[in-house]
Amino acid sequence: MRAANSPTGLHPTVLLWLAVGWIGYAVLPWYGLDDNFFLLGWLTDGYPLNDDVAPALFLNLQGQKLWLAPFAILLALPLLLYGRPKNDPLFGKLLMIVGALGMAWFFMQGFGIGLRGWRFEWLNLLFGKLDDRQFGMGYGALLTVTAFLFMFCIGLAARGAVGGDVFVVSSIGFVIGTVGVFIFMPVLQMLANALITPEGNYSLGSFISKIFSERLWSLGCFTGTRCGVALNSLFLAILVGVLTTLLGLVFALVATRTGFKYGKLLRALTVLPIITPPFVIGLAIILLFGLSGAVTQFVSGVFGIQPTRWVYGLPGLLIAQILAFTPIAFLVLIGVVEGVSPSMEEASQTLRANRWQTFWNVSLPLMRPGLANAFLLGFIESMADFGNPLVLGGNFDVLSTEIFFAIVGAQNDPAQAAVLAIVLLFFTLGAFYAQRFWLGRKSYTTMSGKGDAGVHPRLPAALEKILFIVAGFWALFTVFVYATIFYGSVVTRWGIDHSLTLDHYVKSFSIGRTEHGIHFSGAAWSSFWTTIEIALISAPLTAAIGLITAYLLVRQHFKGKEAFEFGTMLSFAIPGTVIGVAYVIAFNVPPIELTGTGIILVLSFIFRNMPVGVRAGIASMSQIDKSLDESSLTLGANSWQTFRKVILPLLRPAILAALVYSFVRAMTAISAIIFLVSARYDMSTSYIVGRVENNEYGIAIAYSTVLIVVMLIVIGLMQLIVGSRRIGRRGVESDQMQSRTNVSSPVVQPSGAG
Amino acid sequence: MISRKLLLAASVAFGALSTTTIARADSVTLYCSADEAWCQQLARGFEQDTGITVDMTRKSSGETFAQVKAESANPKGDVWWGGTGDPHLQAAAEDLTEVYADSPMRAELYDWAIKQAEASGNRTIGVYSGALGFGYNKDLIAKNNLPEPKCWADLIKPEYKGHIQVANPNSSGTAYTMLATLVQLMGEDKAFDYLKALHKNINQYTKSGSAPIKAAGLGETTIGIVFLHDAVAQTVAGFPIEPIAPCEGTGYEIGSMSLIKGARNPEEAKKFYDWVLQAKVQEKAAEVNSFQIPSNKNAKVSDKVPDISKIKLIDYDFKKYGSSEERKRLLSKWDNDVASLPQ
Repeated sequence: MRAANSPTGLHPTVLLWLAVGWIGYAVLPWYGLDDNFFLLGWLTDGYPLNDDVAPALFLNLQGQKLWLAPFAILLALPLLLYGRPKNDPLFGKLLMIVGALGMAWFFMQGFGIGLRGWRFEWLNLLFGKLDDRQFGMGYGALLTVTAFLFMFCIGLAARGAVGGDVFVVSSIGFVIGTVGVFIFMPVLQMLANALITPEGNYSLGSFISKIFSERLWSLGCFTGTRCGVALNSLFLAILVGVLTTLLGLVFALVATRTGFKYGKLLRALTVLPIITPPFVIGLAIILLFGLSGAVTQFVSGVFGIQPTRWVYGLPGLLIAQILAFTPIAFLVLIGVVEGVSPSMEEASQTLRANRWQTFWNVSLPLMRPGLANAFLLGFIESMADFGNPLVLGGNFDVLSTEIFFAIVGAQNDPAQAAVLAIVLLFFTLGAFYAQRFWLGRKSYTTMSGKGDAGVHPRLPAALEKILFIVAGFWALFTVFVYATIFYGSVVTRWGIDHSLTLDHYVKSFSIGRTEHGIHFSGAAWSSFWTTIEIALISAPLTAAIGLITAYLLVRQHFKGKEAFEFGTMLSFAIPGTVIGVAYVIAFNVPPIELTGTGIILVLSFIFRNMPVGVRAGIASMSQIDKSLDESSLTLGANSWQTFRKVILPLLRPAILAALVYSFVRAMTAISAIIFLVSARYDMSTSYIVGRVENNEYGIAIAYSTVLIVVMLIVIGLMQLIVGSRRIGRRGVESDQMQSRTNVSSPVVQPSGAG
Repeated sequence: MISRKLLLAASVAFGALSTTTIARADSVTLYCSADEAWCQQLARGFEQDTGITVDMTRKSSGETFAQVKAESANPKGDVWWGGTGDPHLQAAAEDLTEVYADSPMRAELYDWAIKQAEASGNRTIGVYSGALGFGYNKDLIAKNNLPEPKCWADLIKPEYKGHIQVANPNSSGTAYTMLATLVQLMGEDKAFDYLKALHKNINQYTKSGSAPIKAAGLGETTIGIVFLHDAVAQTVAGFPIEPIAPCEGTGYEIGSMSLIKGARNPEEAKKFYDWVLQAKVQEKAAEVNSFQIPSNKNAKVSDKVPDISKIKLIDYDFKKYGSSEERKRLLSKWDNDVASLPQ
C-alpha cells in the first residue's frame, strides 16, 4: 500500500476493483447460465452476442436490457481519479458515491424487474407494463456488484473510517454485505409472515394473540397438564447449556492440566458425538433405554421393576443433547484453558495461595470468556436441535420441532412458524446479552509478547479426582453408546434378529467392476460424494469468514459494532427449518436464483455455521495481547500483514475448531437442508432420514458409521494441514503435555510442539 | 487482501456446483411423497420405459406442499406423485397445480380415484388408497396379559392406559384422517367424547403419522394407530405386528398425484402421469413393500395388501374434511377440548 502515496497513475487497489467491475460488466455473461459456468460451454454458444450468454455491455449495445447501461457510466467515473492521491478529498467522495449508487441501482433493478416484467404493481402504474424480463444474475453481475462494494469501502477508508485502514473497512463491508444478503434478507422475508392472518392480510392483532398464547407459555406442567412449548425449550436449553459447559470444562482440564496419559483417546471420544449424523444417537438411546431397550429390559429383569417409557421427554433429550453438544463446549474451552498464562497462576502461588485458591480465584475467572461462549453455544444448539426432539421428545414439545411441523404439518401455518421463530430468536438474544453482561468489560488477556515461561500448576487433588470420575463415567457411557451403534450396523435386524451380517454395508457401499472400470453401485454413493464435496467446499470458507469477523469484533472499533456482532450470530439462533424455508422463498426467484443448485447448500452451511468460527475466534483472540498487534504495526506491517503473520498463527486452535466444526456440521445437518436438497444434490443426512422412515435402521446406522469414519479421517488431515500453535516455552518441560495444543483430533500430532 | 482471495476461492468453489436443475431435453422433475424405495422404483422404471431422465426428490407430502408453495413464482418441479390427498387438494385450492382432465388412463381407475379428481376440479387424481386402522405388538400384548383389540371401542378401555400411540393431528395427516373419520363415524359430539377417553390411554402423540407403528415394531409402545398398509409393512419386515381393521368401520386416505402449475417440462410430466397410472406399474408397489391399494382396476393386488372388500369403509367426504376451514375448526376443537386435558 506504499504506492498509495505516489501521485502518478490510478491508485492500485482502485485499479484492481475497477478492472473486476469491467470484467463483470463487459466480459462475463451477466445472467446465470443453465450449464456449469466453469465448463466454459458458454464460449461456444454464440458468445458474446447471444442473449443467453452475453455480457451486459453487449446486451446494451444491442439495445437490450437498457436498465443495465448506467453501470457503464458508474464504472467509468473512477477514471477521473487518475493522478490523484488518496488524501485528495475527491478521491474518497467519488468512490463512495460510485460504490453506493452502483449497489443501490444494482439491487433496485434486480428486485424491480423479474421473470414477468415489473415485480411490483406500483411500478406498472408508474411506468406502464414492461414487456421485457430478466433471469437470475450470474457471474458478471456478481463481479460488478462486488467491485461497487469494495470501491465504496476504499472510499470510506480514504475518508478516514476506522483509521483509514482499507483492509479493515473492506472486510467489514464484505461481511455486512454477505450477511445482509444471505441472512437478513431471507429471514426478514420469512418473519414478515408472522403478521399474516389466515386470510392473507397483515394484522398485528393476530400476531399478538399468537405470541402470548397458552400453547407457548402455559405453566400447566406444575398442575398436571403440560407446560408451554416456549418454556420447555427454555428450560431444556438452560440445563443443556450449563451441563455441557461443566462437562466440557472437565474434559478440557483433564486433557490439559492433569498429566493424564490417555489424553488422545479421551479427545477421540469427546469428538465422536459431534461427528455423528442426526437421529443416530437418539436411535441408540431408544434401543438401550426405551421401553424394550436392552438396558431397560436387563434392569427390569434383575430387579423385577415394570419397564417404563421414562426416557421419552426431558430425560432422554438431556442425555442425547449432552452427549451431542459437550464436544462443542470442549472444543471452545480447551483452547481457552491452555491459553491461560501460567505466569498468573505462578504469581498466585508465589503469593501463597494454595492450589485450590489459585484454581478458583485465578484460573477459573480467566477462563470466563470460554465458559460464557461454551454456555451460549450449548444453549443455542439445544434450542435449535431438531433430530433428537423428533426421536426422543415424547410429549415434551420444543420450539424447533413445532416450527417444522407448523410449516410442513397438517395445520400448514407459516404464520405460526414465524411467531415461534421469533420467540426462539428472543431467547437466543437474551442468552447472548446475558453472556455479554456476565463477561463485562474486564480483560482476559494473558498471552502477551512478554516473558511467558513456566508450566501450569497442578490442580487441587480433590478436584483432580472428581474430574477423573466424571470424565471417566461419561467416557465409558459414550463408548457404550457407540458400541451399540456399531453393533446395530452389523446385525440383521436390531431387536428381532441378531445374527451378524455385513449386508447393510454392502447394500449402501458396494463397488462393482464393469468393462468401463470401477462402478460405484451401492445406493448411498451418490449422496455420499455430494455431501463430501459440499462439506469440503464450505468448511474453509466458513472458517475464513468466521475468523475475519472475530478479528473485526475483537480488534477493531467502529460504529455499530454491537449490531454487527449480533447480526453475525443471528443465523445460528434461527433453527434450520426456518433458514431452509427462508432460503427457498428468497432464492428461488431472480435476482438471486439458487434453488436446485449446490451453491445454495454451501451458502446455507457457511452462514449457519460461521458463528462457531466467530465464537471460537473471539474466545482465543481475547487472550492475545493487543501489544502484539501494535508492535507488528509499529514495525511497519499493515493490518493485513499483522493479521496474517501474527494473529493467524496464534489462532490455530480456533481455526481448527472452526474448520472441523463447519465440516462436520455440513456432513450432519438435517433441518435446513431438507428443503434445499434436490435430485442432483441429495445429502447423506436426508438419505439417512429416508432410511429411518422406511424402517431400514441397519442401513441408516451403517451409513452413519461410514460417515463417522470418513469425518475422523478428514479431521485428522485438517489437523495436519493447520498444525498447532506454539506458545512461549511452555510444554517443553513435560513430555506428556507436548501435544496439548492439539484441539480435537485423535490423530497423532506431529512432534515438535513447544 | 483476504476478501479478494476469499472471493476468488468462493467463485471457483461455487462454479463446481453451479449446474442448476433447469430444463434439459427429455427430463422431468418428480417430487415424490411415498417412501424412498417406491419412489426410486417409479423413477428408474419410467426412465427405462421412455428414455426420459427423472430427477426425483423424495419428501413427505407436507414438506412437498410447503416447497411447491414456496416455489410457486418460479416452479422447479414438474409432477408431484404420492402422499396423502389433503395437501394435494390444498394445492389445487391454492391454484398451485394444473388442470388435467383428459388423461387416457381415467377410464381404468376406480371411482374413488376419479372422485378425488372431481373434488379438486381435475387438478389432482387418486393413485392409491389405504384404510385407517391400528396395529399391535403381539409380544407386548402377551407379556402384559392384554386382550387383543379389535374395534375402536376397545382402545378406550382402561387396561390399555399408556399403551397406545397416535400422531398429533396438528402435524400429521394420518392423525387428522383419524379425527375426521371418527367424526364421520360417530357424529361430532360422540367422536370428541371418544377422543377424550382415548387421550387417557395415549402414551405419546408423535409428530409423524407412521411413527406409532414403528415404535410398536421396536417394542416402544403396544398399539399404534396408523394406516393399515404401514402396519402391514412392519409385519412383512419381520416385526411382531398384527394389523387390525376396526370392526365399526373406518376411513381411508387417497394418495394423489398433481401436475405442478408453470412446470418447465409439462409434456414429460403428462407422460409420467399417464405412465404411472398403468396397471403394470401400480402392481409393482408390493415388490418394494408398499401395500397400498392401487387405483387402477386392472392392477393385480398382492395378497399382503389388506383386502378392502373385508374392511367396512365409511363414505369419507374428502371435499368437506379436506377443506381448510373445517380442518382448522376441528383441530382447534381438538386442541382445546382434548389435548389440554390432563392424562
